[in-house]
Amino acid sequence: MHFDTLHNQFQAGKLGMWLFLGQEVLFFAALFTAYAVYRGNHTEMFHYGQFFLNWQMGAANTIVLLFSSMTAAWSVRCAQLEQRKGLLLTIAVTWLCAATFMIIKYFEYTHKIHVGSVWGASFNIHDFSELPEKLQKLLTEQGITTTEAANAKLGKDGLGLGTFFAVYFCMTGLHGIHVLVGMGLYAWLFVRALKGSFNRKYYGAVDNIALYWHIVDLIWIFLFPLLYLIG
Amino acid sequence: MAGGVVEKPAGAYGGSTKNYLNETRGIKNWLITLDHKRIALMYLVAVTSALLLGGFFAIALRTVLWDGAVRDPQDLFLGLRIEQMYNRYFTLHGAVMVFLFIIPGIPASLGNFVLPMQLGAKDLALPRLNLMSLYLYWIGAIFFVGVLALGGLDTGWTLYPPYSLGRDTSIPLILALSAVFILGFSSILTGLNFIVTMHRLRPPGMGMYDMPLFLWALYATSLIQVLATPVIGLTLGLSLIEHVFHIGIFLPEYGGDPVLYQHFFWFYSHPAVYIMILPAMGVQSELIATFSRKHVFGYKAIGWSSIAIAVIGFIVWGHHMFVAGQSPAAGLIFSFLTFFVAIPSAIKVFNWVATMYKGSIELKTPMLYGLAFMYLFGIGGLTGLFLASIANNVHLHDTYFVIAHFHMVMVGSTLNAFFGGVHYWWPKMTGRMYNETLAKIACLLVFVGFNLAFMPQFVAGTRGMPRRYANYSDEFTIFHQWSTVGAYILGAGVLLQVIYLTHSWFKGARAPKNPWGAASLEWQSDSPPDFHNFTKPVVVMAAYDYENWEYDANTGGYELRKEVVETGRSIATVHN
Repeated sequence: MHFDTLHNQFQAGKLGMWLFLGQEVLFFAALFTAYAVYRGNHTEMFHYGQFFLNWQMGAANTIVLLFSSMTAAWSVRCAQLEQRKGLLLTIAVTWLCAATFMIIKYFEYTHKIHVGSVWGASFNIHDFSELPEKLQKLLTEQGITTTEAANAKLGKDGLGLGTFFAVYFCMTGLHGIHVLVGMGLYAWLFVRALKGSFNRKYYGAVDNIALYWHIVDLIWIFLFPLLYLIG
Repeated sequence: MAGGVVEKPAGAYGGSTKNYLNETRGIKNWLITLDHKRIALMYLVAVTSALLLGGFFAIALRTVLWDGAVRDPQDLFLGLRIEQMYNRYFTLHGAVMVFLFIIPGIPASLGNFVLPMQLGAKDLALPRLNLMSLYLYWIGAIFFVGVLALGGLDTGWTLYPPYSLGRDTSIPLILALSAVFILGFSSILTGLNFIVTMHRLRPPGMGMYDMPLFLWALYATSLIQVLATPVIGLTLGLSLIEHVFHIGIFLPEYGGDPVLYQHFFWFYSHPAVYIMILPAMGVQSELIATFSRKHVFGYKAIGWSSIAIAVIGFIVWGHHMFVAGQSPAAGLIFSFLTFFVAIPSAIKVFNWVATMYKGSIELKTPMLYGLAFMYLFGIGGLTGLFLASIANNVHLHDTYFVIAHFHMVMVGSTLNAFFGGVHYWWPKMTGRMYNETLAKIACLLVFVGFNLAFMPQFVAGTRGMPRRYANYSDEFTIFHQWSTVGAYILGAGVLLQVIYLTHSWFKGARAPKNPWGAASLEWQSDSPPDFHNFTKPVVVMAAYDYENWEYDANTGGYELRKEVVETGRSIATVHN
């Protein structure tokens, strides 16, 4: 060890993690910018695209993630207090919440693929009757009642919803990858906690992974309203 | 500042004959080493190889351009039709030089070696992360070799869609996009590591203002690496998905916006210009102060101007798109902001000149590179102002004037500083001296060759010679031929360096501890340093306290004065 104290080593790891989180923010910032640019230039695209997103599922995921952020923070406290059972429990719950999030995400994604509301060139509605009800109603008011007409209106020769879904899938997909990484980290943490690696002086990994988990949560807190709530 | 001795646990010091090069042997011990010095040396070999490869492409391009006015572009050159070969070579010249040489160049090789030692530390704060950066670099480099092996790319190093994405040159493009993505993370991790190290491993008694200016420059560089690189990482990730799945984010035929790509690309790649130049400026500060044997003038001004350049660098990217369909208002704002970069840059140059004023200047090879830097950076910087003003830019955009301008900065300044830095720290890194006469000749060749290669390009550019063309009308012949001759001379200078430095590595005279009388802490270690960096307690002092050192005729180098060693305190009267 080349640090003079354990405290200094802990602080170095933590500063490294904060810088990494700064990097993460900038990584996502480009996607948020793409969102803003396309939303600014093609407001209608976002107006129509939003009908496809299921806000109940998004809200459920928000609650799941917020809860997991609490257990993540709790796990740090458990490590500091050397509460072995509490540490294992909070890590396990955090992991399970992450898994729940991904399961809900899975249902959202498969439904979109089923309907055909996907990215760019692949955007192609399979059946008018599978469109969200509110959107069906809006289109019917405009005299659009067939699958072909709906595709002409929404597809790349019309509003270009493919780009909306490119933005949607890239943002939520990249976030989903981060959740998966978080699951891997918490699984590793669980094994180490089981071995009793942490104590009140040595718990940097628990702290840093919790920090990572908070940024994953925080990004979702922005994604949810931007994609699901504002029309 | 309060001086002090860094306490090391007993037994931490290695023997006197052992050093980091021979501590352990065998290729495996090098591949899994966590030692920053070994990692730095491996980086140095890697980036130099990239430099030579990129240089080969440059020489080939200049050769073709010798008679571009009369040569048929359908002719064959190196097995390809010239028009084909030219596009691929300038793409690879740019990509290899930018991503494999100049961005990692100074920080990852010289910085990696010197940074912990200038803090009197054993290693970087996160040694495993450092090794991981090196491996990521290697993976990226191997991908680029794959690009070469599979026939290369002809998209230009900027990989602009729609020209790049969604076309049939599929595999090399995928490799190149992945390579730059991976190299980006190598760069981010290096920067992150540097910042943590400078905060957590400064010895007791050394404040931020006692650090050498090289470290201030690396700090500013690292900030950019951590905060700008993720954006290009994401952009290239999106490009990759666009290329394979046609998601409609950059390609217009699927509803995407190619100008958005350019914004994203330059949001990184303009700050990246400062990733290239800031470490060079840091090296420059060390060279000028050391070889003027005088405390650096305007320490805080130089240090903070590095930070200022890093910050301003984030808000000027739009000047790459003055003619790319950006709104006139945006163009005006970006033009205005771009001028601001000139201020901290000029602050640095004036302070270096003031440092030399009344100094006892010693014209050793590193100092010669330092002087060349100031001259060439002056031209490179001032021509930047021409390009920053919109009216001029419309005329000069994408001409040889731009080529000459950024080569003045990237090659004239950064490459020069890299050479200067390598010559400056070579005795420390290898424990050997090089042939001073040959080194001076090489420096002269590089300087003359470089000027000859790029000065005519300014003129050709103002007369309308566009970049990226393999042929040209006859009026430009004279400029191209001068330029080609210059490129050959520059190439000869670099080859000469490779020869005498290789000779020095095996047969050079043993280097003293501190051949130049420099005062930063790395010179208190042996040459080459012990595996643990320092065998004696380090006397912590501010970076430019030259009075603590005196010449020792026995070793041919400088030694710490007796009273400094005994008291463990700096006796210098002027501090930063």
